[in-house]
Amino acid sequence: MSVINTDVEVTSNEQVAEETYALRFHSPALAAQLLPGQFINIRVSDAVEPLLRRPYSISSVHGEECEILFSLLGKATHILATKKPGDRIGVLGPLGNTFGYDRDFGTAVILAGGIGVAPFPHLTRELQRREIPVLTFLGARSAARVVSRNLAEVHVATDDGSEGFHGTVIQALADYLDSHDVERPRLFACGPNAMLRATQAFAHERELDCELSLESEMACGFGICQGCPIERTEGDRKYALVCTEGPCFDSHDIIFHEHHHA
Amino acid sequence: MNTSCTLGSMHLKNRVLVASGTFGYGNEAAPFTDLSALGGIVTKSVSWLPRQGNAPTRIAETPAGMLNSIGLANVGIDAFIAEKLPFLREIDTEIIVNIAASTTDEYIRILERLEAEKGIAAYEINVSCPNVKEGGLNFGTRCDMTETITRELRRRTERTLIIKLTPNVTHIADFAKSCENEGADAVALINTLVGMAVNIRTRRPVLSTITGGLSGPAIKPVALAKVYEASKAISIPIIGIGGITNRQDAIEFLLVGASAVQVGTASFRDPDAAAKIAHGMETYCREEGVDDIQDLVGAMHIDAGTAAPGFVRNREQKEV
Repeated sequence: MSVINTDVEVTSNEQVAEETYALRFHSPALAAQLLPGQFINIRVSDAVEPLLRRPYSISSVHGEECEILFSLLGKATHILATKKPGDRIGVLGPLGNTFGYDRDFGTAVILAGGIGVAPFPHLTRELQRREIPVLTFLGARSAARVVSRNLAEVHVATDDGSEGFHGTVIQALADYLDSHDVERPRLFACGPNAMLRATQAFAHERELDCELSLESEMACGFGICQGCPIERTEGDRKYALVCTEGPCFDSHDIIFHEHHHA
Repeated sequence: MNTSCTLGSMHLKNRVLVASGTFGYGNEAAPFTDLSALGGIVTKSVSWLPRQGNAPTRIAETPAGMLNSIGLANVGIDAFIAEKLPFLREIDTEIIVNIAASTTDEYIRILERLEAEKGIAAYEINVSCPNVKEGGLNFGTRCDMTETITRELRRRTERTLIIKLTPNVTHIADFAKSCENEGADAVALINTLVGMAVNIRTRRPVLSTITGGLSGPAIKPVALAKVYEASKAISIPIIGIGGITNRQDAIEFLLVGASAVQVGTASFRDPDAAAKIAHGMETYCREEGVDDIQDLVGAMHIDAGTAAPGFVRNREQKEV
C-alpha cells in the first residue's frame, strides 16, 4: 500500500440530482487501494484560492476509475462542478479508516442524510461481495435530491414528503424496525452532524451496534494540522482526529456537541 | 553550488525548514515526501504536560489563507522524548524542537530536559502563540518578557537558540533587537496574525475561540515587510515565515533579509511543498548564475533616493 499525491484526469462529471454531481477520475493506484469508508483529499485548482484541499468519500470504484459524489456547497464544489473530461485535479490518499464491514453482524443497515450517501455505494458492493444483507435508508430534502444509484434495498425519506416516507431517515428506520424482523443489525450512518447525533441517540436507545462516518473541517487530511478533533467518550486523550482515527467511529466512542452545526 | 547555511552551531544543508505546527513530528508526512530533502524540521510545539488543544471548530479557510486555533495540542515532553524523538533523530536533516510554555520556569524546565537528549540541533522558542489563554502571546508582546526568556535559555544551552516572534506588536524590530541583545542565534518571523471569521447563518464566530491565527499566502506581504523591518535592526540571522508556497516566495524572503525560510500552511495543501521549494531554489540559483545562495540574503536593490518606510530605524540611527 502506498499513498498517492498526484494530479489525475477527470473522465466524467455528470449531474445526478439537484445540485449534486458524480465525478470520475482515472487513478489505477487509488482504484486498487481505496476501501469502503476511506476518503481522499482533493485540490480542485492550482490557484491559491481555495487554498485548502477538500475531503471526499470514495463513492465507488470502476476498474481504474474512482467516483466521488458531491453537492454544491461552497467555492471548491462549484469549481469541481465545472470539471470536464480531460481536466485535472489533485488527489491525495487513501486517507482514514474503513467501515467495520468485517465485524460480526447479520444485516447492514445504511443510513444516509443528504450527500452523506457518498460513501455507501462502495460499502454496498463490499457487503454484497460478502453476501451480507443490506437495507438502505436515504434521507433527502426532496425527491429531486435523492441519489440512489449503486445501492441496495433503498427506502427513501424526504423532508417535504415528495418521495417515500415524509419525515426523517431515523423515523423511517424506526417504523421499519417496529414492523420487520431484522437479523442482528449494524447501523452505518453518514450525514449532517445533527442527523448523526440523532442516529447515535437512536442506536443507543435501541441498543443497536452503530458506526458513524464523520465530516469535519480539515486542512491536511493526514494528521499534521490537528484541525479536525472530535471529543472522545473515554481515555486519556480528550480528542480523536477525524482524519487519521476516523472518519468512521463506533457510536459509543465519540461525543457530539451543539457547536457541531453542520 | 552552495545552498547551506549556518545558524549558531547548527549547519543546514539548505535553507528550507518546515514550520512548527504544520508538519507534526515528521512521521505523519513521511509517506508523502523525502524528509531528508529538507534543511530542517521544526517540531510541533512541545509543552511540559500534554495539551488536549481547543474544542472544535479549530480551522477556517479564508481568502488565500486560513485561520487556526489548535491550542498547542501536543503530546507533552515525556511522550515527545519517548515516542517522537527516536523517529526524528533518524532523519537525515536538522531537528529543531519548538518549545511552548506558560511561565519562564516551564521554558527552562523543558529546555533542560531536552539538553540531555541527542539528535536535537536547535530550539525554537514559541513566545507568540495567539491561541492559548496563558503564556504564549503574553510573552511575545512584551519586550522585557522576551528578553528574560532569551537570557535564561541562552545561559543553559550551547545549541542554536531561535526565538519565534509575533507580528501582533507595534515594532517587531524592537523584539528582534531584544533577542539579539540577549544572545539568541536567530529570530524566526512571523507567527500568525490574529484574525477571525463569522458565520452569518448561525451568527456565531466560526472558531470556538472566536479569534485565531491567520496564515497562508494572504499574510506573505505582511511577513515580507516584517522581515525587512527586522533585518534593518539586527545582524543575527532571520528565518522568514509567512505564506511561502513556492520558490519565488522563498527567494523574496531571502532578498529582503532572511537567511532561511520556513514553509507552513503550504504543507497542508501539498506535504511535498517544502522539498519542492528547496529544489526550486537551487534551480533558481542555477538560472541566475548564483554560486552561493548566501549572496541573495538581503540583496534586494533599493534605488538611491527611495524613501525608507517609517518603521526602518537602522542600527546606527538607533544607537544615536
